[in-house]
Amino acid sequence: MSVSIDRPENAATDAAANPAAKADAAPQKRALAHIRWIGGSVLHAETRDRFMIGEAIAVGAAGLLGEVIRLDGRRFVAQVYEDTTGLRPGDTILGTGLPLSIPLRPGLLGGIYDGLLRPLSSPESGGVAPPDRLPFVPLAATGDAVRPGMALGRVEAGDIAEERLVPPNLAGTLEWIAPAGDYGLEEPLARIRAADGRLVEVAMIERWPVRRPRPVARRLAADQPMITGQRILDTLFPIARGSRAAIPGGFGTGKTVLQQTLAKWCDADVIVYVGCGERGNEMAEVLHEFPGLVDPRNDRPLIERTVIIANTSNMPVAAREASIYTAVTVGEYLRDQGLNVALMADSTSRWAEALREVSGRLGELPGEAGYPAYLSSRLAEFYERSARVETLSGKEGSLTLIGAVSPPAGDFSEPVTSHTKRYVRCFWGLDRERAQARFYPAIHPLQSYSEDARGLARWWATSGHPDWQRQRERLLSLLEEESKLERMARIVGKEALPPRQQLLLISAELVGHAFLYQSAYSEVDRFCSPARQSEMLKLIDRFITLADGALDRGATPDEIAALPVFRRLQRMSEDIGEDRLEAFADLRRDLETAMAALGRTAHAATGETR
Amino acid sequence: MTMWAELTTTGTATRIEGPLLYLARNVDVGLNEAVEIEGADGAARLGRIAALDESTIIVEVLEATAGLGLADTRVRFRGEALRFPVGPGLLGRVFDGVGRPIDGGPPIPATRFPRIDGEPLNPAMRALPSDFIETGVSTIDLMNSLVRGQKLPVFSAGGLPHDRLAAEIAVQARLRGDRTGGFAIVFVGIGVSHDVAESYRQAMQESGALAHTAMFLNLASEPSTQRLLTPRYALTAAEHLAFVEGRHVLVIMTDLTNYCEALREVSASHGEIPSRKGYPGYMYSDLATIYERAGLVHGRAGSVTQLPILTMPADDIGHPIPDITGYITEGQIVLDRELDHRGVYPPVNVLPSLSRLMSAGTGKGFTDPDHPALAHQLFAAYARAVRVRVLASVVGRDGLTATDRRFLDFADTFETSLVSQPGARSLEESMAVGWRILADLPTSELARLSDTQIERHIAPLTEATRHG
Repeated sequence: MSVSIDRPENAATDAAANPAAKADAAPQKRALAHIRWIGGSVLHAETRDRFMIGEAIAVGAAGLLGEVIRLDGRRFVAQVYEDTTGLRPGDTILGTGLPLSIPLRPGLLGGIYDGLLRPLSSPESGGVAPPDRLPFVPLAATGDAVRPGMALGRVEAGDIAEERLVPPNLAGTLEWIAPAGDYGLEEPLARIRAADGRLVEVAMIERWPVRRPRPVARRLAADQPMITGQRILDTLFPIARGSRAAIPGGFGTGKTVLQQTLAKWCDADVIVYVGCGERGNEMAEVLHEFPGLVDPRNDRPLIERTVIIANTSNMPVAAREASIYTAVTVGEYLRDQGLNVALMADSTSRWAEALREVSGRLGELPGEAGYPAYLSSRLAEFYERSARVETLSGKEGSLTLIGAVSPPAGDFSEPVTSHTKRYVRCFWGLDRERAQARFYPAIHPLQSYSEDARGLARWWATSGHPDWQRQRERLLSLLEEESKLERMARIVGKEALPPRQQLLLISAELVGHAFLYQSAYSEVDRFCSPARQSEMLKLIDRFITLADGALDRGATPDEIAALPVFRRLQRMSEDIGEDRLEAFADLRRDLETAMAALGRTAHAATGETR
Repeated sequence: MTMWAELTTTGTATRIEGPLLYLARNVDVGLNEAVEIEGADGAARLGRIAALDESTIIVEVLEATAGLGLADTRVRFRGEALRFPVGPGLLGRVFDGVGRPIDGGPPIPATRFPRIDGEPLNPAMRALPSDFIETGVSTIDLMNSLVRGQKLPVFSAGGLPHDRLAAEIAVQARLRGDRTGGFAIVFVGIGVSHDVAESYRQAMQESGALAHTAMFLNLASEPSTQRLLTPRYALTAAEHLAFVEGRHVLVIMTDLTNYCEALREVSASHGEIPSRKGYPGYMYSDLATIYERAGLVHGRAGSVTQLPILTMPADDIGHPIPDITGYITEGQIVLDRELDHRGVYPPVNVLPSLSRLMSAGTGKGFTDPDHPALAHQLFAAYARAVRVRVLASVVGRDGLTATDRRFLDFADTFETSLVSQPGARSLEESMAVGWRILADLPTSELARLSDTQIERHIAPLTEATRHG
């Protein structure tokens, strides 16, 4: 089967080993093939030349982009990433000698691209056309010894300065570097004599194969939280920088709103948002909304820290498969600039379905639910590209992956959800019943988990909340207890529960309304800072303690729930914004007073400690 | 590519299998191009080229293959994908499933020939849906608002009054304010029975809505392969009305379940590996090419809003058809058999219903500033009321706490006063009902309303009860 891929001297494979570099060898003759069969996005071709697995190809007169996926003697099978209407047997195919690659470059931020990183925005769509020239300031000098990841120069694209780094896998001597000035994206900025004697040109654009992770110096421990501004996440199921999370949920449970909320308010430096087989209007929403929203940390429009990759559900399905890799490659490229990157993939199920569709057209033996048997390893490869790292240039950067999963009929036992679960550290399961009650975010506290929580307790402790771990666990066990009692109440009736258990239900309701509920559309509450979360968590913890004491002194659960201060606690997320955190102290004082006055026995509060 | 357009071959057919016609390849044609197949009976059938190799052309015949032979079958190659000639005068007309007038009127004077598949709209070219459409139905307007450019399906089931609801919405739907001009309806019947098609036509005619409606009818008796084309022809017309003529178009499609059945049938005849319940793995992508044609385009005046109707097989919302639809569309309106049995009309179950774009078309600047809070509070209260109802069915009313008993009553009031409605309601009327039924609950339980909102809307009502 592998006539043409086993030859190390093959020019194509050689270039692949160092894909970022353009060798100075004489331009190679491009490999040629002809279509023999075509149906949908899959074609069979015949050739006398050498093609390799994963090679990008140009199909037909229009040069449609495709990728070789199977070799068999002189024939090969390829998938095409664009509309194949009009293609016919006999049409030519040209090889590129390179694996499917995308043109990484400075100034990607703020733009919207398709699944293969081709710009989608234009002045007529109300956006801006991508730049064709960018200003470059050299940071290295002729004669310097350079190694991978070293900064060659600075590029000012928009308001963000990025560095043009020496591509990974390339070390040698700088033979020439361009003087400061504006350069086209393909114009040479530097020439490097590689260790093996080749002369390699470096331009603004660096082509990188999407399926290959970009190398790093080393991986670092994931012990820094990525603050999302969502209480149920940061407090109950926190995620660390460089970690990975899955958001599974049936339709209508709020996956997309949650992903967009995270993209807006999480404290990453850069967001890569990939709409994979999802709604076009959602992309329009992001494009429309983000320029008007202000990043609370630097007062810049949010769009400036965002890269949008859009393969909407009506765009070619084969490109959907590539779009996830494109996004993660862009994420790694930005991480290499020393940035904390968060990647939101909505939805990984559509990507898996694209795999299934192509696999079906290839006639592969289907596995579970028709998905190919390699689904699991593809998911693993994707999620393994998340990390907090030291980059080749010695900076610290991270890439956090958050993937939405759309299980059919909301069934978490289906293959994509269950395989994803094996590779993520945070599992934020969305619950249909909560969503139907418009209880957002509809994350189910008993089905979700975070393996990062323990490692992040130290961060909260040093940020002024030493009791975080204990209070968090108290909330979780309260919610666990509540679900047991709800079941019991269904048999005996709530009236028949002892007062202590009725009080527990009231406390759990307070946790729900005051803490877990958070509207993404509320101006006041859509973002909740760690300081505000801390205050609210402490207040609720205090309420539970005080209410217990009041019950001991003879107060009834109904009396406690009827306290005016109870409604103020329920409304605190809406009523007390980020700008008046001091109001929590007032609320706490009123809570203490009101609780102390409860109970028929007159003796003072039992000196409970918190 | 068009160099070889309008080629005709006769006698090249080698095999007919279901809707697939195999031809010996003696002409140079491309994938997806349209063909016309003519049998001995002289009837022209539409088809498209589904696969090609060096010696064979596989044509998917989009109409009945009955009557086709091998030797005497003529195939005319159009050299391009299927197109629909559109122009002025689409409104007030009735077409068959592939865009041919069936009302006895003249052909449409064509000014444009767009592809029926539409162009995959560059997401950067989309403008954001943002304007409220009033349907006159409280459960939609107040709680699951329809927004211009949205795709909001109705999930129904056999025997439920979705046809009546759709006809009412078609007649009642209006834009608020003075932006009423330029409203149009495209009605698409996919595999519907004769009487359903006729009752729609009648309802439209009686209300005078037919004058601003274009109807596309693929009847149950017509070949199922044609059903795959009907929504595409209709949406091509809708896009012309919206983006060329500048109208706000509401596309009502019924019944998408018939479409999906046709898709399964054709997929099976291709010998494709089936996914869930025998439906093809690409059903998601295929449905998306229909639903995603709703929207607004930058710099163009009109809009396409979709209200597809589907019947859930066995009332199962987890069935692939509603499930996949729900993942693509921007919400859903779910009809409920139990409400229907109790005589509640329209029998909309608001809990599983949803409008994702609600926040883009309601509240300050669109409707009433307190509209979103009212809707949230109604949802929260009704969800709790339904939970209490389950509890009460086990432990009885006496086992409930005093507060829960008031929620139990709220569940009934909600269904009989708000969901059920005698006729069309304006949004203001719907909101008034909403505030009134919330006033029956303890104020301390209304956590989604601010003190000001309670002061403004609830307090006057509770005081009136106390004094009266």
